[in-house]
Amino acid sequence: MSPIRVVIVDDEQPARNRLRELLEDCRSDLPHAVAGEAANGVQGLQLVAAADADVVLVDIHMPEMSGIEFARHLQVLERPPAVIFVTAHDRYAIEAFEVNAVDYLTKPVRAVRLLTALKKAASGARLSRGVLESIDPAPRRHFSVAERGRVTLVPVSEVIYLMAELKYLTLRTREREHLVEESLTQVEQEFSGVFVRVHRNCLVARRLIRGFERGVETEGEVGWSVVLEGLEEKLPVSRRQWPQVKSLGSGK
Amino acid sequence: MQSIRQNHLPDALPDFRNLGVISRILLSVNALALLFAVARSREIGEFAVKVTEIAGSLEPVLLAAVVVLYAVSPLLERLDYVQGLAAVFAIVLAASAALFPLQTYIGGSDEFRDLAWNLLCSASATAVVAWYFHLRNRAFSPAISEARLQALQARIRPHFLFNSLNAVLSLIRKDPKRAEGALEDLAELFRTVMADNRQLVALRDEVSLCRQYLNLEQLRLGERLRVEWRLDPAADDGLVPPMFLQPLVENAVYHGIEPGIEPGLIEVRVERRSDRLWLQLTNPYHPDYQHRQGNHMALANIRERLQLHFDVEASLNTRIADGRYEIGIAMPYRTGP
Repeated sequence: MSPIRVVIVDDEQPARNRLRELLEDCRSDLPHAVAGEAANGVQGLQLVAAADADVVLVDIHMPEMSGIEFARHLQVLERPPAVIFVTAHDRYAIEAFEVNAVDYLTKPVRAVRLLTALKKAASGARLSRGVLESIDPAPRRHFSVAERGRVTLVPVSEVIYLMAELKYLTLRTREREHLVEESLTQVEQEFSGVFVRVHRNCLVARRLIRGFERGVETEGEVGWSVVLEGLEEKLPVSRRQWPQVKSLGSGK
Repeated sequence: MQSIRQNHLPDALPDFRNLGVISRILLSVNALALLFAVARSREIGEFAVKVTEIAGSLEPVLLAAVVVLYAVSPLLERLDYVQGLAAVFAIVLAASAALFPLQTYIGGSDEFRDLAWNLLCSASATAVVAWYFHLRNRAFSPAISEARLQALQARIRPHFLFNSLNAVLSLIRKDPKRAEGALEDLAELFRTVMADNRQLVALRDEVSLCRQYLNLEQLRLGERLRVEWRLDPAADDGLVPPMFLQPLVENAVYHGIEPGIEPGLIEVRVERRSDRLWLQLTNPYHPDYQHRQGNHMALANIRERLQLHFDVEASLNTRIADGRYEIGIAMPYRTGP
């Protein structure tokens, strides 16, 4: 069996150094190789994909992207690595880990605990998406798209609209479209302050709504369509959603 | 300093130069006068007349007494409580007696024609106000220890302790000298945290404590943490509540530096303008991270301690300007004995 490949993600250099030392101490008991380290989640995702890591040691408390959100994005990979969370002190996260039997280590980390966690991870224990969502229901800052073995992150703030198509969502930014494997209803719940439903199959960014226009005549009735900043295309507003939506573009 | 180990603050005269104390005296004596007027009036029409009469006799004496107390306040502070109280009574009665000729001159009411009656009224009003300050003192001394306990919990986040220990561990094998220095800073910091923190300390000491704290944070945050001190040497001796700046600096790191990938600057500015001490602390503002708890607790805690020490003469304000979070504190500049 080839040695397992470990990636370290922590925003603090001393914490990364310490984990490397401890991994070194564990090496005789469990053969492994450190495939690299990253100072934040965005770099960490690219590193994990490029190195095809088996295990990731990730700090929870990081700038820009928390360790939990990082772990959620990992799940779009074809072969997501096992995740071991590391935290100095986060009462709420620790409670959630206990409840969901997710592996975690507390800083300062003990070599013995690290070894146990690594062995468990090497045996193939994996996280499920649902567990991560229940640990931290706070909305993500990015959507993640798996493309040719890499993870592409799309900041939530850049998304103009999301359209449901069969089992995928089309996610439209100013530059291009992405396909993500998510459900429109779940996105609507997670980001209720950010997106609003204008149609059975469509959510649009609230802050980009510039107004409404009389749309084309369909089935004998003239409907409304929504005008969004940064988008030429006008999206139809369904009669059912119109009462909830019509006040949004006004006064801007 | 002999009071450090006692559970209650000893009885002490209020600070007659404190704005809060002065307004409390003026308000309570006038409230007493109103009560007195109510008691003396048989009908509503009479009440207004009584109030005017009493005010005419009362206000000159009251104002004179307050002014004299203000003037002799430093002398009173040297006396113990009972002597001081006797001195206050003497001052009030003297003021009352000295201004008595004025009563007959401006014609006042019949009620205040008698010197003995005048002195009796002054003495009882003084007694009531003294009793009020005595009770207030008693009510607030447990509050100070309570605030101290509360502060103990809020001061150093466990998050900081564990991260620092972890950073020290990371140094032990490669750079034992730096590890030693870091542990010494940590020990010093906790010695202060665990000390009895009811007495004011010199600003200089509080600043050096903050520097030790920031050294430890620098260890783990590296170049992400930048600090700029703009200190005024004239403010060094000013007395401040202990551990009043450190929690604010800790907040600045937690809310201003940790959520950012790019380096962030914490700026502390201290200035003394005649008898006031001004302090301003700013850090980068990250609107997305406002859900992180703890900020309001530390602020409320410090505001309360400032109020316990300086009453209305201290203030703490916060605002967000130019993408930075800003805390401004003003308090009287005082030096130790």
